[in-house]
Amino acid sequence: MLLVENIRKSYRDASGEELVILDVPRFGVAAGEQVVVRGRSGCGKTTLLNSIAGLSTVDSGRIEIAGVDVTKLPEAGRDRFRARKLGYVFQTFNLLSAFTALENVMLGMSFTGQPVDRQRATTLLDRVGLSSRLHHKPAALSVGQQQRVAVARALANKPVLLLADEPTANIDPAHQQQVIDLLREVCRAENVAMLLVTHSPEVAGQFDRVEQLENINKA
Amino acid sequence: MSYWKIALRNTLDRRLASALTALSMALGVAAMICVLVVHAVAVRQFSQDAQGYHLIVGRKGSDLQLVLNTVFHIGQTPQLMPYALYREFTDGRFAELVEVAVPYCLGDSFVAGERLYRVVGTTPDLFDKIPYRTNDDGTPRNYAFRSGRNFKTENCFEAVIGSMVASQAGLKVGDHFNPTHGIGFSGDKHEEFEVVGILEPTETANDRAVFVNLEGFLLLDGHALTAKKAEPLSMNSVIAWIHEITGPSAGISPSSQTKYTGPLKGTIPPKIGHDATGAEITPLPEVQREVSAILVRVADQFGVGATVLSSKINKDFSGLTQAVAPAGVVTRLLEQIVGPVQLILLVLTVLIIIVAAIGILVSIYNSMNERSHDIAVMRALGASRVAVMLIVLFESILIALAGGLLGILLGHGLVGLAAPYIEAQAGVRLNPLEFDPWELIVVPALIALAAIAGLMPALTAYRTDVAKQLSGSR
Repeated sequence: MLLVENIRKSYRDASGEELVILDVPRFGVAAGEQVVVRGRSGCGKTTLLNSIAGLSTVDSGRIEIAGVDVTKLPEAGRDRFRARKLGYVFQTFNLLSAFTALENVMLGMSFTGQPVDRQRATTLLDRVGLSSRLHHKPAALSVGQQQRVAVARALANKPVLLLADEPTANIDPAHQQQVIDLLREVCRAENVAMLLVTHSPEVAGQFDRVEQLENINKA
Repeated sequence: MSYWKIALRNTLDRRLASALTALSMALGVAAMICVLVVHAVAVRQFSQDAQGYHLIVGRKGSDLQLVLNTVFHIGQTPQLMPYALYREFTDGRFAELVEVAVPYCLGDSFVAGERLYRVVGTTPDLFDKIPYRTNDDGTPRNYAFRSGRNFKTENCFEAVIGSMVASQAGLKVGDHFNPTHGIGFSGDKHEEFEVVGILEPTETANDRAVFVNLEGFLLLDGHALTAKKAEPLSMNSVIAWIHEITGPSAGISPSSQTKYTGPLKGTIPPKIGHDATGAEITPLPEVQREVSAILVRVADQFGVGATVLSSKINKDFSGLTQAVAPAGVVTRLLEQIVGPVQLILLVLTVLIIIVAAIGILVSIYNSMNERSHDIAVMRALGASRVAVMLIVLFESILIALAGGLLGILLGHGLVGLAAPYIEAQAGVRLNPLEFDPWELIVVPALIALAAIAGLMPALTAYRTDVAKQLSGSR
């Protein structure tokens, strides 16, 4: 379902020297599979996710998702593909403060070019236990509730792949497990593959497949 | 959710800044609405006040002054002409071309408290034979009396007052008042006149004027030519008048006068009049009479009558009198004075609106730093660069639209609030619900302006580095 092949991404530092940050010969995730990528800070975990999401481009290589090589798509095509096929859960939940929980979920549906499915948004929030908080703005939600809204939003468009970037990094240990359980459960129920990036051994320990980024990234 | 709704949410999220920006836009639009409405009313008022007659004959001088004083009852009183000239229109050389001629004697006022109203000495023909307006279907709209009747020629000290004078001065039929000599608050009081009629509102300057019987006006102190100066009534008196002013070499000769035998085209003095008590009095001899202006309604209204008569008057009394078509003077007034003033005011209001639009730009642009993260999130959710740019543009347009609509309401509301005061002061009736066609372009123009103002922050949104914003650092 996800196949990353020979991708390479580099930057030039202040002195003009090339700094390779990603060099991944081959990496894949099967449909419905839940995979954790671990790595130390600054090793390129977020860059890998952003490259897969099409938020940043790679210098070379191919990233194939559901049969589409996203590196070949123009920027607008990547945006549309991301809206329709990918879900993204951020390190900080990144809910938009001006919108209610329901609107935050519907916001994720607003850029697909298809009608917004209010019913599905409501159902998803119900599934994550927020049916009584539909019309609350983020400021009126607890940290755990905010993360649940973020999960519902990531799944709003029935993605084939959910990318989660340190989803438990900013929440207290009591809520961390709830978030991981929720992600795993919902992805299983929706048959969505998940690629979760974390540096937490506790989180990683719960997954069948854990990849150490240093092993797949030769940079 | 539509981009409009997203933009609306973002706008409401910054409600104070958005409201203040929209308010500044509203004030600019309100000012523009006021200018447009007031100008439209001024144009209509100026245009409709000079209806019902074709020419105003007066002493040579400023045609604008003659029209302003005669039609709108403002400005300096024109110089006087011999009454014999008026008779040239009623049964003299010009009578053939005339339907009716009405003399105007100006220069007195009626003071009621803090208000001063112009007094016009005239004949009953003004209300009987001259309409004050033409309806849309071309039919004339004649003066009507709210109460009472027109004054009678032989009742020298009767008066008819405009509707506004009646309401403001509290005069009613049967009341008496004393005109003041001259235009001012401190002139000597004249003899008493009785109000016999109150006009229905005409929405012209005549609503705030007092019309007294010419016969009585001429009998007031200081209004008659001295016997020494008076000449026998005939064309010779006009010639004598001309010669007195210009010398014997100028003017006209009696032989150019054409004998007229048709019906009288105006009202001439009665042999015997009555004073306020009903006692018989002798009207002022015609040779001692002078008039300030003559309103002329020509017989050939749809042809070239006015032009022919005007040319004839201007030719026969070249250098001494003028025959002015008030409609032409009003048009010139509107084009040369009112129009440019409106243009200046409109330019000022447009500048206010542009400043308000810059306010929108600054408001949204300043918010871009704190919103760049939200924009990055939307991009991560699949929003294209164009989508986030449109959302920011829509925010600008929404603020401008809200300001514009509020401004239109505010503008008309201000007109409504000011209407009673303006009507009381100037006699101009403002309708707050009156819409100028130019208002129709205000909203599209605001949208265009807002789109321009929103372009810079929209481009900032377009250029947002998503990965950088989401990670906080590379």
